[in-house]
Amino acid sequence: MMVDELLRVENLHVSVEGTPILNGLNLTINRGEIHAIMGRNGAGKSTLANVVMGHPAYEITQGTIHYKGSNIEEMEVFQRAREGMFLSFQYPAAIPGVQVGTFLRKSVASVRGEAPPPREFRKELKNAMEQLSMDRSFLSRYVNQGFSGGEKKRLEILQLLLLQPDLALLDETDSGLDIDALRIVAEGINSVAQNTGCLIITHYQRLLDLVKPDVVHVLLDGKIVESGGPELALKLEDEGYDWVEALA
Amino acid sequence: MMTQDAQEAVGDYRYGFHDPESSTIRFDKGLSEQVVRDISELKNEPEWMTDIRIKAYNHFIEREMPTWGNCNSLEGINFDNITYFLRSSDKTEKNWDDVPEDIKRTFDRLGIPEAEQKWLGGVTAQYESEAVYHSIREDLEEQGVIFLDMDSGLKEYPELVKKYFGTVVPHSDNKFSALNTAVWSGGSFIYVPKGVHVEMPVQAYFRINAKNMGQFERTLIIADEGSSLHYVEGCTAPTYSTDSLHSAVVELIAMEGAKIRYSTVQNWSANVYNLVTKRGVAHKNATVEWVDGNIGSKLTMKYPSVLLKGEGAHAEIISVAYAGKGQHQDAGAKVHHLAPNTTSNILSKSISKGGGRSSYRGMLQVTPKADGCRSKVVCDALMLDEDSRSDTYPTMEIGNSTADLEHEASVSKISGDQLFYLMSRGHSEEEAMGLIVNGFFEPFTRELPMEYAVELNRLLELEMEGSIG
Repeated sequence: MMVDELLRVENLHVSVEGTPILNGLNLTINRGEIHAIMGRNGAGKSTLANVVMGHPAYEITQGTIHYKGSNIEEMEVFQRAREGMFLSFQYPAAIPGVQVGTFLRKSVASVRGEAPPPREFRKELKNAMEQLSMDRSFLSRYVNQGFSGGEKKRLEILQLLLLQPDLALLDETDSGLDIDALRIVAEGINSVAQNTGCLIITHYQRLLDLVKPDVVHVLLDGKIVESGGPELALKLEDEGYDWVEALA
Repeated sequence: MMTQDAQEAVGDYRYGFHDPESSTIRFDKGLSEQVVRDISELKNEPEWMTDIRIKAYNHFIEREMPTWGNCNSLEGINFDNITYFLRSSDKTEKNWDDVPEDIKRTFDRLGIPEAEQKWLGGVTAQYESEAVYHSIREDLEEQGVIFLDMDSGLKEYPELVKKYFGTVVPHSDNKFSALNTAVWSGGSFIYVPKGVHVEMPVQAYFRINAKNMGQFERTLIIADEGSSLHYVEGCTAPTYSTDSLHSAVVELIAMEGAKIRYSTVQNWSANVYNLVTKRGVAHKNATVEWVDGNIGSKLTMKYPSVLLKGEGAHAEIISVAYAGKGQHQDAGAKVHHLAPNTTSNILSKSISKGGGRSSYRGMLQVTPKADGCRSKVVCDALMLDEDSRSDTYPTMEIGNSTADLEHEASVSKISGDQLFYLMSRGHSEEEAMGLIVNGFFEPFTRELPMEYAVELNRLLELEMEGSIG
């Protein structure tokens, strides 16, 4: 099968309000690959996800991000989304007064470029919600308002299923989930992973037991210092990050 | 030719079209006692009504401008440059096909006949000074419901009008209620008999078409004991570079156990002064609800009020205001707890954008004999940029220590996190703001008939277009 390159990050340096966070990061993700990024708090994991999605607060001071072969520095956030990029937020924002159902329908219409036929969409939505064991009553609640941590993450994965992105950035999607919810979320990710490039940001091995990564990267001080197979995640789980620091 | 500013302020106002002016009777600009007499004579009114008008006119002349509200802005009104009466059709028709063609086309464009067929119990369509179309469903008529334009109401039910006209909003209430009482024309007259529940909303639509027009409709709604009614009103006007004046008076009377809901989506063009006095009285265990949306106009000063006169009466006032460039929405609510165990809820939501200004001006009064009252006031303001302005002016006069009162106010901005989140789901910045704004107004829109809610959301989305510099 031909390699379908989705994301190529080269020598990326990023600052937030003048503070450098990423310091020369390189990463390439092809379609069908699952990459996991691990690292301590503050290592720059979320920054990577946000800057790839195009968050305006993050300034690229050096290096490039190519998506589907094009440099996307000038591309607006919503354009990236319409081109098939998706970010599952660590802390998704609440949108008071906007019902989940409306939000999902409008988002699907934006990303696909046309409103889905109502009947088909209802069916699609029903299937996806069943897959994630989500109750219908979710649809009439306001987006993320008063949601528990687990509910927020499920809504993120529901969007992943509906939007069928080419590149999925999953920022600590496992945090705040109990073991049953984690399994459901992992199944959701696995169901799209074949046709998607996935970047999974996590602290823990437990999600990677359920979603098998092809590559595990260790991020330290804004740089990938070590990459390897799934065994690398196990080593981090056993030994912590101290040995990584010795590498830097 | 419109000035640059007016053009920008008006933006994509989709009701800004106007028809060539066709009038059968048009008064010269300006106001005098003779103009007032002429209006009354033209309408063939009983003498007592002429007398009320003259009395009100004299009060208007002497009365100072209001001091409640954004009063400096009122200096822009030139009372001599306003047409006080314009008749565009000789009759109020019962069939749309009989309405003059150009006027009918206007209401077609506004979607009124279509709405009538689908979901309304009755419709009054007013064009300039008078109703051009009027109809009510037969089943309502059979139940004794009276729904007429106010001029016909006075002709057909003079005793009822005489008994209640001006009892809730006397002409001496303020300068603009005096003006309205002097030159009123059109509006709705409704009487719902005891125990009758009008299930489908009835609607009035007010359209100003002519330049420098003054529209002074007068509405009187009486819900007899144990009855209920939902009245909906909409309004639009063409976009002109000179100003028009809309100054209505609305009086609601909810008898024992009755319920009146009065919903408005005001979408005047940005050259209209909208100065309206709306007040309802709720007798024992009655409910008066104002659902009041202010999207258009240059300046709106409107504070729907409820007098809780009977024990156990309830007031519900939900209002939203959207102030864009060059607009000031000075809106709010007034509730007077005059009897024991009366309750009120006030929810006000406002959005300011592009240098627009929105104000909440509220009055909450509890009189000494009103034991055991409860009231909750919530005011939320959302600012879309740094140039805009939002103020809250709550006034409380509490004369009874048993009152249970809550007041909450908040001012917020759209957060960068919300925008980023929505944009990451494929929504442009403008679409994202439209979603957030619709969500902010949701507690209001969910109270509207669905057709209105959809239209309002669409309007707000249009307002967000071109808002990102």
